Amino acid sequence: MVDAPFTLGAVAYDPKVVTIWDGFRTWFNARGFPFDYVLYSHYERQVEELLEGHIDAAWSSPLAWVRARRLAAAAGTFVQALAMRDTDRDLTSVVVVRANSDIETVAQLRGRVVGVGAVDSPQGTLIPLAHLQSLGLAAGEDFEVRGFDVGVGLHGDHIGGERDAARALTEGRVDAACMIDGNHLLFTREGTLPGSSMRILTQTAPYDHCTMATRPLLDAETAGRFRELLLSMSYADPSVRPLLDLEGLKAWLPGRTEGYAQLETAVDTFHFYDRAGHITALDYRP
Amino acid sequence: MPDTSPLSTIDLEALGLDRGAHLLVDRALAVLPVGGRLLVRGRAPALGIHLAVWARARGHGIEDLPAADGETRATLVRGGADVARWFGAERAGDPSPSGVSDRPDPTWGFAARGALVEAGGKSLPLDLDEKRWVWTDLAPQLYAQAAASQWDPNTAIDWGAAEPLPREIEAAVVQVMTYLVENEQAALVVPARFLGRIHPHFREAMQFLATQVADEARHVEVFTRRALLHGGPLGASGVGGRASLGTLLEEPDFALASFLLSVLGEGTFLNLLAFIERFAPDAVTRNVARLVRQDEARHVAFGLGHLEYQVTQDPELRDRLRAAIVRRHDALASTAGLSEDVFDALVILAAGGWNPEAIASGYRAVERLQVDMHDGRQRRLVRLGFSSADAAELSALHTRNFM
Ligand SMILES: [Fe+2]
Ligand SMILES: [Fe+2]
Repeated sequence: MVDAPFTLGAVAYDPKVVTIWDGFRTWFNARGFPFDYVLYSHYERQVEELLEGHIDAAWSSPLAWVRARRLAAAAGTFVQALAMRDTDRDLTSVVVVRANSDIETVAQLRGRVVGVGAVDSPQGTLIPLAHLQSLGLAAGEDFEVRGFDVGVGLHGDHIGGERDAARALTEGRVDAACMIDGNHLLFTREGTLPGSSMRILTQTAPYDHCTMATRPLLDAETAGRFRELLLSMSYADPSVRPLLDLEGLKAWLPGRTEGYAQLETAVDTFHFYDRAGHITALDYRP
Repeated sequence: MPDTSPLSTIDLEALGLDRGAHLLVDRALAVLPVGGRLLVRGRAPALGIHLAVWARARGHGIEDLPAADGETRATLVRGGADVARWFGAERAGDPSPSGVSDRPDPTWGFAARGALVEAGGKSLPLDLDEKRWVWTDLAPQLYAQAAASQWDPNTAIDWGAAEPLPREIEAAVVQVMTYLVENEQAALVVPARFLGRIHPHFREAMQFLATQVADEARHVEVFTRRALLHGGPLGASGVGGRASLGTLLEEPDFALASFLLSVLGEGTFLNLLAFIERFAPDAVTRNVARLVRQDEARHVAFGLGHLEYQVTQDPELRDRLRAAIVRRHDALASTAGLSEDVFDALVILAAGGWNPEAIASGYRAVERLQVDMHDGRQRRLVRLGFSSADAAELSALHTRNFM
């Protein structure tokens, strides 16, 4: 297997994923870094295969990172967060209510219905619910959670769940809806959430999103070369710019793991995975 | 390191990023150097959150300042992505016809000639992408002429003025019209197939071919309409004529196809249409032949023009033109060529009556027509640089079907 190319795993949440990684594959190979990719239909299997060493790197949702880290730690090894997009840093989620709603404070969500995204969405579900918990409101106890499960197993990469929650809020079927800040702007712009008739009730602290996780025992030289190439991709390079546009970044930055603390807490709070990285969420069927 | 340069400020008032405020922010950032700072103020709900989202997506930095008096304040740090996007961008030639590039970049695609084209992107699959293959300096002028000369079949011809003809004369007219429709349909499809292969950088050549296709559509219409004018059934279509037209479609090379179609075929048709105009037994037939002939003269001028240009760039093209005529001749050697029905109909039109003397005169006129056609083809071949001897030999190999 000495000649085997560096193999990346990615989740096929959208057909453009093929365009993106095909393009990157050509780009890496042209720079003397033999590269290939495999696609997964959901994140859980990708994480497991990363840990088994079937792939060298996994383009990972924040939740996939949390699970990979836990599985590795339980096995007495570690995975590395090698690189991330500039757009993966310092995101927030918001909880939105109708402007004319009598809900003025987070405490007034008590007894109400909160719409969230897919059960496995960090930004649409887990992080905002943990945020409400930190403010003293337990999901499912102090308020009812209405999930909008679209693309379960994609860890919220599919926008559909958050959009459905926003629609439910507009139509009065829920009292509040959770979504990532970027989708709040998008939904407001496209009219799913009419701007003047909606109000942001609360905003989470900043957190980080996707990361390039590498497998246990990947040699440092290969990992270093892969990271160096990623970080060298320039938005001024026309051969790679369309791919960066599709993947939604201007530059790759070094990975960092501090930004996953909120999600680690949320995963524990809602028993999504256990400490060893086993799936423990009862209602989760990727 | 703290930036001590004075801060530019923009006040968005109540305008939100969901309602177009990004235009104001973009405009204010555009005049700053990369790394320059802009203080953004505003009162729109969620402005702070939306500014962070927008800045992140555009590659700008953001530093939040505490809100005061219900006003959001944030400092944006200008990123360099918009500058990087236009790194390596170039003008797609010059908008004027004199600025046409010899070999436009295939990644320019459908960009307007002269537009600033972002570097990169996919190439359009356009194989006619060299000036010498499609261009003639006459193209702008011929296109303008074509655009100004479009006529409305409904009003350009006085269809109501049709007087009934003796049955056999009418049948001859209908036979000739039936033949013409068949030829016009081929003349429509051939340029249409090449139109989508031409790099749009050669705009006037593309536009000209578009008018040519539209012209042929009208020709199909008016000949069909004349054929049906007195309610008679259409004439016959011979295998030989159809085989001849079929070989035009088999020619995948634009130069060779326009040589066979425009220079030789449509060139020959100029004589045929003049003949019909002269001997037409009625005003409608005369007028449709006249209007169509004006259009055909442009088609011949364009085909001849771009081949003349190409021959100067690539003299060996003449050998390929010669080979194309010979190849087509060989392919058609065992076919009948012009159907007897059409030939006889032309004789009847020129005869104008049924006594032996009239028929003899009609027959002579059709012979004369073929001599004229041969002369015309030779003249055009000489313009492409063939010797008179070669021109005579090659013209004689042209299809007996005329087109
Ligand atoms: Fe025509
Ligand atoms: Fe024509």
